[in-house]
Amino acid sequence: MDEQPDKTSTADPAAEPAVAPPPAPAPEPVAAPGPGAPSAEVLKAEQLSVYYGPKLAVQGVDMTIPTNNIVALIGPSGCGKSTILRCYNRMNDLVKTARIEGKVLYHGADLYSSHVDPVEVRKHIGMVFQQPNPFPKSIYDNIAFGPRVLRMKVDMDEVVERCLHQAALWDEVKDRLKQSALGLSGGQQQRLCIARALATSPDVLLMDEPCSALDPVATARIEDLMQELRKLYTIVIVTHNMQQAIRVADRTAFFTVEVPSDGDRYGVLAEFGDTDQVFNNPIDERTKRYVSGEFG
Amino acid sequence: MGTLRRSQQGTVDAAGAAVRQGLTGDGSRVEPIKGYIFVGFLVLSIVLGIAMLLTLVVDSIIEGAPFLRWNPLVTGVPSSIPSEAGLWVAIVGTFWVIGLMIITVVPLAVGAAIYLEEYADGDRWYNRAIELNIQNLAAVPSIVFGILGLGMIVRGGLSLGPVVYAGSLTLALLVLPTVILASREALRAVPPSHRLGAMALGSTKWQAIWRNVLPAAIPGIATGSILATARAIGETAPLLLIGATVFITFTPEGPLSEGYTTLPVQIFSWATRPQEEFRTLSAASIVVLLAVLLIINAFAIWIRNHYTKKQQA
Ligand SMILES: Nc1ncnc2c1ncn2[C@@H]1O[C@H](COP(=O)(O)OP(=O)(O)O)[C@@H](O)[C@H]1O
Ligand SMILES: [Mg+2]
Repeated sequence: MDEQPDKTSTADPAAEPAVAPPPAPAPEPVAAPGPGAPSAEVLKAEQLSVYYGPKLAVQGVDMTIPTNNIVALIGPSGCGKSTILRCYNRMNDLVKTARIEGKVLYHGADLYSSHVDPVEVRKHIGMVFQQPNPFPKSIYDNIAFGPRVLRMKVDMDEVVERCLHQAALWDEVKDRLKQSALGLSGGQQQRLCIARALATSPDVLLMDEPCSALDPVATARIEDLMQELRKLYTIVIVTHNMQQAIRVADRTAFFTVEVPSDGDRYGVLAEFGDTDQVFNNPIDERTKRYVSGEFG
Repeated sequence: MGTLRRSQQGTVDAAGAAVRQGLTGDGSRVEPIKGYIFVGFLVLSIVLGIAMLLTLVVDSIIEGAPFLRWNPLVTGVPSSIPSEAGLWVAIVGTFWVIGLMIITVVPLAVGAAIYLEEYADGDRWYNRAIELNIQNLAAVPSIVFGILGLGMIVRGGLSLGPVVYAGSLTLALLVLPTVILASREALRAVPPSHRLGAMALGSTKWQAIWRNVLPAAIPGIATGSILATARAIGETAPLLLIGATVFITFTPEGPLSEGYTTLPVQIFSWATRPQEEFRTLSAASIVVLLAVLLIINAFAIWIRNHYTKKQQA
């Protein structure tokens, strides 16, 4: 496979990234280091709360995502997993009513500070959606989309080939790059979407239930792929499938719904730790009941 | 693709429900009869529509038969002798007026549709006022636009004089609401995932719209434009009002050349002459008008299919 370019640099050297990751953040060990011992914090939420209009959706999330880890967000639906995920690349800005409190740090830089350009954030932090959403364009043009809109000065053929290799799709599509992406199977489409997200050379991939629309075979392929990708990228994945979290994730965050007697329900982060610990040795009572299948 | 999968799922669910209902057999026996009546009514509607069109075409062909010849009907210029009169000036005039109208109306309508659909905050009173008025404008009779064109374009504001482009602009105003509404429908039909997917890759909102949403909406916008064009080609009253000429023997040289006529204007003028032969001539001209309409629509449909294929091939 091709060499991965320095992920923290932009492809266009002239372009000054608004969120420049500092060269070497001081390695700060987080509680109970997992298999891929964390060397740095890529993303860090501090007392993050999200509101939709007046309604509180998620409250007070503290969560640190270490480099080259796979972090799974699990929990019953409506507990705010997608909401938190969208805060990491400011996709929540597109929801008119959404508003956040607290902080999200990316390599120590505040993502929500006033001089940060959300468009620049999304270039560094890619996203894959629940439904595969290839554009009605050729396979090639799908992957070239990101570099083109960002006006990256790159060898596009090389980028397309590298990303398709990384997404384990190259061999299946190399003879039909100019054909419409809509002709691919669901699993292939989702891998194409992953490849497309890699084309802007991000260092984080956010995935919101990427396998929920796929069959088990395609799911297994994506899970294998994630194990490959974690060597180069940091991955945050929302999943409703606990087995999937156990299979792929180094660390797991369990969200749950808080139901106050006098108001509307909102999501909270109940427990965050090594996947092993969260599933086998949960500290929080709610986690214990959830992972043993008692509710949710 | 996602939407396709969902709709297939829906079909499966519906089929399942139908099977279950069929098995229980509660009162489902009446349904087929109602169904047949409904389908019969639909078929009748189509047959009526086609029958009327056929009657018009056949009647025009029979009545206009003596003059249905390429030369001079298509290639000739107006003349006081019916057997020597032709439509060339009117055909060229129609292409000028309609062509310039399309070039004018499509960017305006698409721009308005993009604003209303993608940017406008629907909660603001002025955006809702704009929406409501566009819908109302679509129902305003064409003669009103003729008066507007006369007052604002030929004279008054723009003072272009009775030139070709004044006709195009007047017709553009006439069909603008229809094309805006059709373009909005087309934009709305593009799944949100196209916008979100593009923006998640670091595109700006405008880039997402320009590169992703608009191309996907082109077939729908083209359909709306085809219908608008078909309507505009047949318009007579506003053009008569703003100075289309009924007897002119030279073709227009450009958008701002004075003196032009279009097919329906020419047909109208011939049909209202006392001589029987001119009425025969106008019947033959109707056949030519329909042919021109077909040619322009075929071109527009070709464009639409070209874009649809490019996306789905
Ligand atoms: N665009 C939105 N507008 C308003 N409320 C929303 C929106 N998206 C999510 N919510 C609300 O926020 C809460 C968390 O939703 P979400 O993050 O989608 O949960 P999950 O992904 O865990 O199922 C829910 O109560 C949901 O209704
Ligand atoms: Mg969700």
